[in-house]
Amino acid sequence: MIARRVLIFALALLAVGCTGEQAALNPAGAQAGRITSLWWLICWTCVVVYVLTIGAIVIGVVRKRRRADEPDAPAPPTTRPDPAREHRARIIVAAAVGVTVVILFVFMFSDFTAGRALASLAGDKSALTIKITGHQWWWEARYEDSTTSNTFTTANEIHIPVGRTIEFQLESADVIHSFWVPRLHGKKDMIPGHSTRTYLKADKPGVYYGQCAEFCGHQHANMRLVIIAQPHEEFESWRTAQIRPAGEPPFDNLKRGRDVFLKNSCVMCHTIRGTTAGGRLGPDLTHVGSRKLLASNIIPNKPGHLAGWILDPQKIKPGVRMPQNALDPHDLRALLEFLESLK
Amino acid sequence: MSSDAPNLAAAARQVHDVDPTTPAPTAEQVRSLQQLEAVWRKPRGLVGFLTTTNHKDIGLRFVYTAFVFFFLAGLLALAIRVQLAVPNNTLLGPDLYNQFFTTHGSAMMFLFAVPVMEGMAIYLVPLMVGTRNTCFPRLMSYGYWVYLMGGITLFIALALNFGPDMGWFSYTPLAGPDYSPGKRVDFWSQMVTLVEIGSMSGAIATITTILKCRAPGMALNRIPLFVWAALVAAFMILFAMPAVTICSTLLSMDRLSHVSTHFFNHAEGGDHLLWQHLFWFFGHPDVYIIFLPATGFISAIIPTFARRKIFGYTPLVLSMIAIGFIGFGVWVHHMFVTPIPELGQGMFTASSLLITIPTGVQIFCWTATLWLGRPWLKSPLLFVLGFFGVFIMGGLTGVMIASVAVDTQAHDTFFVVAHLHYVLIGGMIFPLLGAILYWFPKWTGKMPGETLAKWSLALLFIGTNLTFYPLHHLGMGGMPRRIYTYLPETGWQPLNMLATLGAFTMGIGFLIFVINLWLSSRRGAPAGPNPWHAGTLEWATTSPPSTYNFANPPTCEGRDPVWDNSPDAAIVTNLDTDKREVLCTTTLDAQPHHRYEMSGDSWWPLVVAIATTVIFVAGFGFTPSWILPGCAILAIGLGAWFWVSAYRSLAVHHPEMPRDPRKD
Repeated sequence: MIARRVLIFALALLAVGCTGEQAALNPAGAQAGRITSLWWLICWTCVVVYVLTIGAIVIGVVRKRRRADEPDAPAPPTTRPDPAREHRARIIVAAAVGVTVVILFVFMFSDFTAGRALASLAGDKSALTIKITGHQWWWEARYEDSTTSNTFTTANEIHIPVGRTIEFQLESADVIHSFWVPRLHGKKDMIPGHSTRTYLKADKPGVYYGQCAEFCGHQHANMRLVIIAQPHEEFESWRTAQIRPAGEPPFDNLKRGRDVFLKNSCVMCHTIRGTTAGGRLGPDLTHVGSRKLLASNIIPNKPGHLAGWILDPQKIKPGVRMPQNALDPHDLRALLEFLESLK
Repeated sequence: MSSDAPNLAAAARQVHDVDPTTPAPTAEQVRSLQQLEAVWRKPRGLVGFLTTTNHKDIGLRFVYTAFVFFFLAGLLALAIRVQLAVPNNTLLGPDLYNQFFTTHGSAMMFLFAVPVMEGMAIYLVPLMVGTRNTCFPRLMSYGYWVYLMGGITLFIALALNFGPDMGWFSYTPLAGPDYSPGKRVDFWSQMVTLVEIGSMSGAIATITTILKCRAPGMALNRIPLFVWAALVAAFMILFAMPAVTICSTLLSMDRLSHVSTHFFNHAEGGDHLLWQHLFWFFGHPDVYIIFLPATGFISAIIPTFARRKIFGYTPLVLSMIAIGFIGFGVWVHHMFVTPIPELGQGMFTASSLLITIPTGVQIFCWTATLWLGRPWLKSPLLFVLGFFGVFIMGGLTGVMIASVAVDTQAHDTFFVVAHLHYVLIGGMIFPLLGAILYWFPKWTGKMPGETLAKWSLALLFIGTNLTFYPLHHLGMGGMPRRIYTYLPETGWQPLNMLATLGAFTMGIGFLIFVINLWLSSRRGAPAGPNPWHAGTLEWATTSPPSTYNFANPPTCEGRDPVWDNSPDAAIVTNLDTDKREVLCTTTLDAQPHHRYEMSGDSWWPLVVAIATTVIFVAGFGFTPSWILPGCAILAIGLGAWFWVSAYRSLAVHHPEMPRDPRKD
């Protein structure tokens, strides 16, 4: 019984790469799926090669090792080996090298084929274009549209329609970051001075986590990203809501919250469309109330967490660019209500 | 007779024991031994320590120093593993964690892996080719001192909370002046410059010794495989290290406020991919610079313990040379997720797969040697078996990530961390520890303990797999490398905890290994000149070897001279014993060519190393006004180094040299 439990526990541990919410081998899109099948082909071939090679070495050693009753002293060395045995060994070694070469060619061509398949989304004319800019340590997402008034900017939580090709244009505002959502596609670096692109498609609705993969300084660990894939209609209604600027607050308390925002340093870095706040250094907060997570997706978007974040972000993400803010409790409460109202 | 005459006689008798056909020493021979002893003796105490140019002193010094840095970097690794054992851990915090992992990587790559291999080569090569010292002994001594200064620079910086925190490959712009203000990166880049100057110095000494000072008869096709490995690695050092010293110097010039160049500033026309190309043009060959000497160890250990000549000498040599060349053509596989054109990526996938072939040839030849021989399972061979178990795994995951598509998922995750540790621990640590056990009798004269060696191997083997196998799964589970913490929701905790336990298992394994060597050096059984009955020339002299290595340097009649030489094999005689004279031989066939006097012990390499440190650490790291005074000391030091030695060797010690007609 215990052995069985241990076995189940071990298998559960080892399944981490294949089942997790952020696991590359748990694909939810065509691109990641293609990579996963190439992965398993190479992986199983390598397992076989490993077992055969190690087996040959172990047998070679065990086969003729000294018995316990033999003296522990070296035999005289063989300096003139038997030519017939040498010849046989030479043929076997040459054959093993030949098999290696064949396997490597198979790997090479299957990699090239996979590369072609992965690149095939690039020409899709109906693709939705989203420009992602990496910042220390958050993600800016701008949804491009041929109608200028329909473009909008949001941050960290990226919604996409299921089944449609998404073209991500990747840029960086400071250091190198890497855009990676393992269940949808492999990563692509965002290098200042180089504009890069990656294309992906989600096959089914879901929440797909990712995070920055290139070391980018203090809070590299907490630069997380969420892609929410939704059916077309849901996505469109989300998009329509995001395009709208923030309206005039209906209640006095919310008005007070807005004024707190506008009169404090918040306004230096953040934008709330529909108000005079137009800072570009931090995430766009026009619809911050609609997001599920805060601080680049590491804490839930609840008033308590938001208050902690506003008062002392350094405690949650040491080194983050946002300063501490000393606010009067009533101002803070009004500000929280205002921000949570920005759906 | 002086007081050490009994020792000399004993030494002569030991030589006599190796080859009983050698007649017992005559009074004439004892006198010349005495002379050799006097000429090669290093001054006592601190003076001797600071001025010695003997390859055994300097080689072992490289090895010991590298292991000190290895120990420190290992402690950092344990701290990293403790930090990652549980999610949301606040033990280290991002600032300390970033300094720790950067210093761990930098120290392991720059201060341990390459220098320890160079140290082994400096110690072993002259013994294996049958000569008395390396060529350019002062250059080699200089190489050690700058390496030491570089290493000290890095760890002093870390101790003062100035440790580098941008990762060991130091990508710009994060390492540039805008995103890494302060002096952290500068300490790192000056460390790199100094250490690589040291590596290049050692490589030049090694190459020259191998090409010019081999025992008569040791033609290119008889050079021991470890010496071939050291030769190819040294050539790779000469071509790879300049790339990284250029990197570190350009970066310091970008960062120095007095200079402020824009090599790595895209806003001013610089390029961040330039850094990556330059760095990896060094970085990937560096892996083979570390791995090739390890294959040399294996090619030395396997025939000795399989009790037969190596199978496939020629393919093994050609494989090493092939790795030396192809190793310079794979660097872009570190950059598969940057905007590199697809055709270029395909070419580097092909070359990364191609390099598997020579490595495969080596593994197959070693396997064949074991099959065809009669394995004697002593601890050095067991460590080599550990190498197979761990390294082949790392090699195969390397084949996996040679594929661009697979690499886009695995790149910069814990999968790659697992891969590189399997390759480096399997491909370098296991053979190195095996090699240390194998040559321990040579440098101490005592046998290493078998029981503790087996315990340490078992713990290291289990520990390595326990630490690094789970990281494959974590990487594919989406865990990027270099993160100081993770959220509990990710589910990465149990495997991380397992890895941390494994890291401590490894730590205990290393500790037992060191204790074993310490105990063995005190109470090990006496080894005698050739305890393993091996075939190469280092076993044809006393253990430990005298300062001059061989009373009469041997000649070579086959690939394993101790096994192959006829009983009446010639020895090299008539070298002057009143000066440090060696025989130079021709490069291809090792025919005797001329006699050459090596320079003696000297203070000047240390002075020049201090000047180099001033120029780079103070001048390039802080303010250029230090460069001029540094250059002044450098000029004085180099002048004295060359002038005095040239004067002594030409005018005083070569009375029989033909006169230069222009001077008459």
